[in-house]
Amino acid sequence: MNMLGGDPLLSGHIDLAVVLIVILKVVCVFAFLLVATMLMIWFERKVVSDFQNRVGPNTAGPFGILQTLADGIKFFFKEDLIPDRAERRVFILAPLLTVVPAFLLFTIVPFGGDFSNGHDGSVEIFGKTTYLQLADPAIGILFALAMSSIAVYGVMLAGWSSGSKYPLIGSVRASAQMVSYEAALGLSVCAVVLTTGTLSTHGIVMAQAGSGWGGFIPHWNLIATGFVPFVVFLLASQAELNRPPFDLVEAEQELVGSYHTEYSSIRFALFFVAEFMNSVTMAAIIVTLFLGGPAGPALLGPGWLWGVIWFLLKMTGFLFLFVWVRSTVPRVRYDQLMDLGWKVLIPLSLGWILLLATFWVARDQHWNGFITVAIGAVVGLTGYGLLKAAIATSKARRLEGVVD
Amino acid sequence: METAVFIVSALIVLAGGLGVVSSRNPVHAALSLIATLFGIAVLFLNLGAELLAVVQVIVYTGAIVVLILFVMMLLGVDREEDLDTEPLVGQRLLAGLVGLLFLGAMLAIIIIGKDAIVTGSRSVTGALSPTVSNITQIGTELFTTYVFALEVTAGLLTIAVVGAVVLSRRPRDLEPIPEPESMTDMGDEPLTAIPEEGAH
Repeated sequence: MNMLGGDPLLSGHIDLAVVLIVILKVVCVFAFLLVATMLMIWFERKVVSDFQNRVGPNTAGPFGILQTLADGIKFFFKEDLIPDRAERRVFILAPLLTVVPAFLLFTIVPFGGDFSNGHDGSVEIFGKTTYLQLADPAIGILFALAMSSIAVYGVMLAGWSSGSKYPLIGSVRASAQMVSYEAALGLSVCAVVLTTGTLSTHGIVMAQAGSGWGGFIPHWNLIATGFVPFVVFLLASQAELNRPPFDLVEAEQELVGSYHTEYSSIRFALFFVAEFMNSVTMAAIIVTLFLGGPAGPALLGPGWLWGVIWFLLKMTGFLFLFVWVRSTVPRVRYDQLMDLGWKVLIPLSLGWILLLATFWVARDQHWNGFITVAIGAVVGLTGYGLLKAAIATSKARRLEGVVD
Repeated sequence: METAVFIVSALIVLAGGLGVVSSRNPVHAALSLIATLFGIAVLFLNLGAELLAVVQVIVYTGAIVVLILFVMMLLGVDREEDLDTEPLVGQRLLAGLVGLLFLGAMLAIIIIGKDAIVTGSRSVTGALSPTVSNITQIGTELFTTYVFALEVTAGLLTIAVVGAVVLSRRPRDLEPIPEPESMTDMGDEPLTAIPEEGAH
């Protein structure tokens, strides 16, 4: 079973215990995702209302923590409307196409395990050694890219099948935006893969574990890849999630409610849940790629628990950042969004990959580091200058009215 | 297990293929195409070619069909098509005949050739290895044996992109009907930049 990757659980003989452990992991991940999504919705509403000097949800449960559950139950009992002009089959299919990738995306995220003091993050359950992640395929992070590229379908088909104007505009916007930012997303993942030398998410976390530079600066990809891919990934992931400030898709003032305008009851809830679930998963993937996932020092008690704690802490940090950005940064204009994606993020991450690759080749071939970096910087600046000149020329010609 | 997965995904591939040609609605046809491409990705996984499977999903399902759907929605060609009249007379009959011919030829080869038609080699580009993952192998082959083909393909794609940009740039004076001035023509420059031109 080499296909399912490096997890030691699946490398030996597969007996009943192994199957049970896999089922247990599936149930745990499923439950974790649902609970995390529920809490994320509550967290976002609560933090946003704090930012706006409101109280926010406060009735259901302590601090209103059960508000999402109450909303969910309400959605279940609401009437399910299908508009007359909707394309029935596709209309029903679309929310499912959004939710399924959102669930699958989390399967490759390592969410625990002891990575301190040279441990490899494996734990013992019922006498079997395994990683605390649902699957560790050799293709690893590519699977995440595949799932996020499939997520476009739900949005796209929802808008189209509604048979209504605004959802269609919203979904065309969404798909254009998601397709454009996928390139930047993939390129910054490339930088991480280049640095760690593996696609497997467990391998990526392993490469970032350990005490790191000077004994206290962690060996995170955030630093090893030189910050730029991290920033690109963070921006692109927000655009990919259609979150503010890139929520052109759901600009209420222009588009009513975007692609899910015509949806009601549980079908709407599925879109809603998928959106927040994607935020949670994206935070988890950012943590895995750039901040060492569950890697961190184990203080006291079992080491694997500390892995889970570090992972949750880092993830919550990012989720707070998402909400913070949402409540403080105004929405960008559509042309600004496209310009940022195509003219800034993609060239930047491409150039950065070239620089990183040069750096690694130089280390392998024992070239003079200083000269290599200098030549790399000169080439990079020349490329930047050319791009700038090209954009300036096209703008000038557009203003002159020579071309459209 | 492998056979069971093969049968299920082959059925999905075939059903999707049938859906592509028989759907009245182009969007339904595109959806069937997605099913076909997914089925093929599962077939790749079944053969242990996980990189190919993921590339299949990312490139074909995640990019190409999205673009097809996007263009269909943008151009509004997502109407129901009339499938009863043939645009080319005799086209369907001919297609059926050629299909039957292909099937017959393949069956004949399998029946006559027996074991001889299967070479038995699972991989022609590089030896399969139980220790090295096929991602490493594909990478190594691409950047050593097939590096020339890879570079030529990269050049070809660049030419295609540049060509597309050149074709889509319409010089104004060749335009027979003047286009209405719209917001997008101004780019993101402030509107005050325009009167300056007339002032000179």
